Amino acid sequence: MKLTRRDFLKVSGAATAGLALSGLGIDFSPVEAYAWELRTREAKETPTICCYCAVGCGILCQTDKKTGQVIYTEGDADHPINGGSLCAKGASVYQLARNDKRVTNVLYRAPNSDKWQVKKWDWALKEIAKRVKKTRDASLVEKNEQGQVVNRCNGIASVGSAAMDNEECWLYQAMLRSLGIVYIEHQARI
Amino acid sequence: MGSNAAETHPVSFRWVMKAKDKGGTLIHVDPRYTRTSTKADIYAPLRPGTDIAFLGGMIKYIIENKKYFLDYVIDYTNASYIVGEKYEFKDGLFSGFNAEKKAYDSSTWAYAMDEKGVPKKDLSLQDPHCVFQLMKNHYSRYDLDTVSSVTGTPKDDLMKVFAAFSSTGVPGKAGTIMYAMGWCQHSVGVQNIRTISIIQALLGNMGIAGGGVNALRGESNVQGSTDAGLLFHILPGYNPTPTAALPTLADYNKKYTPSSKDPLSANWWQNRPKYIVSMLKAFYGDAAKPDDDFAYNWLPKGDEGKYYGWLDLFDAMYNKQLKGFFAWGMNPACSGANSNKTREALANLEWMVSVNLFDNETASFWKGPGMKPGKIKTEVFFLPCATFLEKEGSISNSGRWAQWRYKAQEPEGMSKRDGDIIYQLFLQIRELYEKDKKAKFPNPILNLNWDYATDRKFDPHLVAKTINGYWTKDTAVGDKTFRKGEQVAAFAMLKDDGSTACGNWIYCQSYNQDGNNMARRDKTDYSGIGLYPKWSWAWPVNRRIIYNRASVDPAGKPWNPKRTVVEYIADIKDGKYLPGGTWKGDVPDGPWPPLRNPDGSAREDAKLAFIMKPDGYASLFGPGLKDGPFPEHYEPLECPVDKNPFGAQLTNPIAATLKSDKDSIMSCDPRFPFVGTTYRVSEHWQTGVITRHMPWLIEAEPQVFIEMSEQLARLKGISNGEKVIVQSPRGSLEVVAIVTKRLKPFTIQGQEVHMVGLPLHFGWIYPKNGGDSANLLTPSVGDPNTRIPESKAFMVNVLKKGA
Repeated sequence: MKLTRRDFLKVSGAATAGLALSGLGIDFSPVEAYAWELRTREAKETPTICCYCAVGCGILCQTDKKTGQVIYTEGDADHPINGGSLCAKGASVYQLARNDKRVTNVLYRAPNSDKWQVKKWDWALKEIAKRVKKTRDASLVEKNEQGQVVNRCNGIASVGSAAMDNEECWLYQAMLRSLGIVYIEHQARI
Repeated sequence: MGSNAAETHPVSFRWVMKAKDKGGTLIHVDPRYTRTSTKADIYAPLRPGTDIAFLGGMIKYIIENKKYFLDYVIDYTNASYIVGEKYEFKDGLFSGFNAEKKAYDSSTWAYAMDEKGVPKKDLSLQDPHCVFQLMKNHYSRYDLDTVSSVTGTPKDDLMKVFAAFSSTGVPGKAGTIMYAMGWCQHSVGVQNIRTISIIQALLGNMGIAGGGVNALRGESNVQGSTDAGLLFHILPGYNPTPTAALPTLADYNKKYTPSSKDPLSANWWQNRPKYIVSMLKAFYGDAAKPDDDFAYNWLPKGDEGKYYGWLDLFDAMYNKQLKGFFAWGMNPACSGANSNKTREALANLEWMVSVNLFDNETASFWKGPGMKPGKIKTEVFFLPCATFLEKEGSISNSGRWAQWRYKAQEPEGMSKRDGDIIYQLFLQIRELYEKDKKAKFPNPILNLNWDYATDRKFDPHLVAKTINGYWTKDTAVGDKTFRKGEQVAAFAMLKDDGSTACGNWIYCQSYNQDGNNMARRDKTDYSGIGLYPKWSWAWPVNRRIIYNRASVDPAGKPWNPKRTVVEYIADIKDGKYLPGGTWKGDVPDGPWPPLRNPDGSAREDAKLAFIMKPDGYASLFGPGLKDGPFPEHYEPLECPVDKNPFGAQLTNPIAATLKSDKDSIMSCDPRFPFVGTTYRVSEHWQTGVITRHMPWLIEAEPQVFIEMSEQLARLKGISNGEKVIVQSPRGSLEVVAIVTKRLKPFTIQGQEVHMVGLPLHFGWIYPKNGGDSANLLTPSVGDPNTRIPESKAFMVNVLKKGA
């Protein structure tokens, strides 16, 4: 079967939807063979682990060498847990790689305002740091009512995040504890 | 039980189906008939919140029909221990109950000790005060009729499940449990899991291939984030957070380092001081000095008896006790129980930081339903973070495999990796403290190790190496000298004198002198049981099945030689093992020889199987929990009945409850006559912040719905596909009705009880007509041990819209 590029795009949209929803009853093998060739010609393969539940399925990402953007994702056939298979969420990871609804700017909502404003990172981190310091210094309790040493910041709380990597989680808790925060919680509690 | 693996952890179910193909029996016990049920050999319905009644009935069945694995029970569980005379269970309460304090004095549950300080035992299991007999007596009340009247499970189904599961209590068979939030989110959550742990210990199913009690964790790294101590009650590596009552490191170590007088007990937690000191060295480096308690004083301390958990946190915020808040990769405006309370609480803050991929109901709470932005002062900073495809690092799955993943593209737009945000934010904070000579208590901030960047960017390898641990000075151990800065090989080498730094002792070995073990991709599996020991790395010390010393008989030979996990190999002379023996197979729970020689004689150099338990045995009797040493059925705090046939106590007497005006609970109230529960669907994840924005997924599951039985639909005049209003004492929600045969009414204590269920993935922000969060309905009450909210059983009403 010879496919023109236009034919390919037409069928390929259906094929990828089929991956997510499965079982359309159409033989896509010629398309898949062509897609494979296209994908491997210009792409770099990167293994990762799915971001959803904790089964820990392997996913392979194909990144376009020219644009640096992920162009395709699939189950990692070599992975001992999933052997290439993925659930609907895992199979949709490509749509997370390319998603126009993502917020990719720093936003700020002022007191009593009804809208977001776009801001710069440098400004936001400095402003947050000022608030952390102000609140911490105002609410740091060195001794509790019984006179016991607690060195605790009562005014700040944090939730999150099981969505971070181990290294980020560890670093985050170290920061929170150095600030004296004890209201530290995340997804494991709920 | 407590999970719907086929839909919520679909790829885990791939392995269930493989087991089924090999002749395994699949049992599904669940309030709803789901896709897991469709694949089950036996399906049994039960009313939400009655798992202990169900499983208590199974314990009674196992004991009375002698289905337990006797040798395992005697050698590896505390069945033979004698409990002290003060222990009693009466009228639904355990001894030591203090109604005023809503707490138990667990000293009344202590074991009777012999003159050496080791618990007394009766290996015949006949002593009326031994654990086995107390347990038999405790569950004698859990007869089929009573269990069925509480759970609503037909008696035939109970018998089928009991017979099938308890048939695994023989050496050649294995039974496993896959549970999820269906067990945790109850006011008896921990005891739900305790009940199955008792069953698995009775049946000899712990530590063996195909056995265990498996938590199907819901977040890709919720195992790792818990390991890292991102919780109010634990530091990294499951070390409790210090409290005000423990002013010095010595006080802390005294309270939390268990001791055992039994020479056969490994009592692994006796090593806790090494782990705490090494952690403090990882935090504070040279500033953590031996003569200053290694900066223990710099760790914040909660007040004794006060909780800082999820429910408490939002209660404090609601009561205007908090000013600043980080919602990092979380959406509490939809994810926590009693979301209306949470949403109002957010308006009491001065400032909030939301770190996320997408706009969400927490970040934009100020423009949510019923909110008036002009009256809400909270400043909100939204920081866009990178997706998992845009960064490198490790995550830990439900099987404790820490798997390294790699960056496939650069962070989109202005988004940053979480690691960079944390790293840079702390630099900014520290700079302010460096400039302000009058800043309050600056030392922990000024001295925190923060050398985690390469080219000024967060470097996950540097943190991973600190988590693993390194030598802080040249140190000789035996005939080998370790150089300052060298990675520590494994946690057995950690020290309590400051010569090692280790961020999280259970991850020691993950990134050692051999390199990044989490990145390994070698599929060699010589175990034959799918351990894949060279694929990634599992904590602790790459052990794939914990408590694997229980998979062998006391002489170290596998109970089931066809499914060997570990086996002791040594030369034998005159019926005794000679020195120099080794374990083959999985990494054993310690190197010590097995309990007995081939001729049955006891060995003094052996250790008991359950090395993390102070006494070395699996706990059939568990005196360490807050709400009782044996699980007891209590109704959910919001329930459809006013009597508990098992005892005079209706609900968990020490369940976590709160007192704000938003914390109403209404049992047996005619305004809320139906049992409600929440769950997930395959296509969405958590509050749906990510999955609602995936076009394929939102097309498949576009909006919140409520499932109800045909009987209830008839009763309320509701047709399939109609809009209905569901109400609880805490909130209401408009949803689409799905009228289905998958749900059936229960017969509870002679009454028909209806149940409805809703998925929890939706929120007002997107998609426009997707509806809102099911957690508007759930109660902010919870388990007394974990303080996890009771989201899985509560009371609601359902009305046709406009009726």
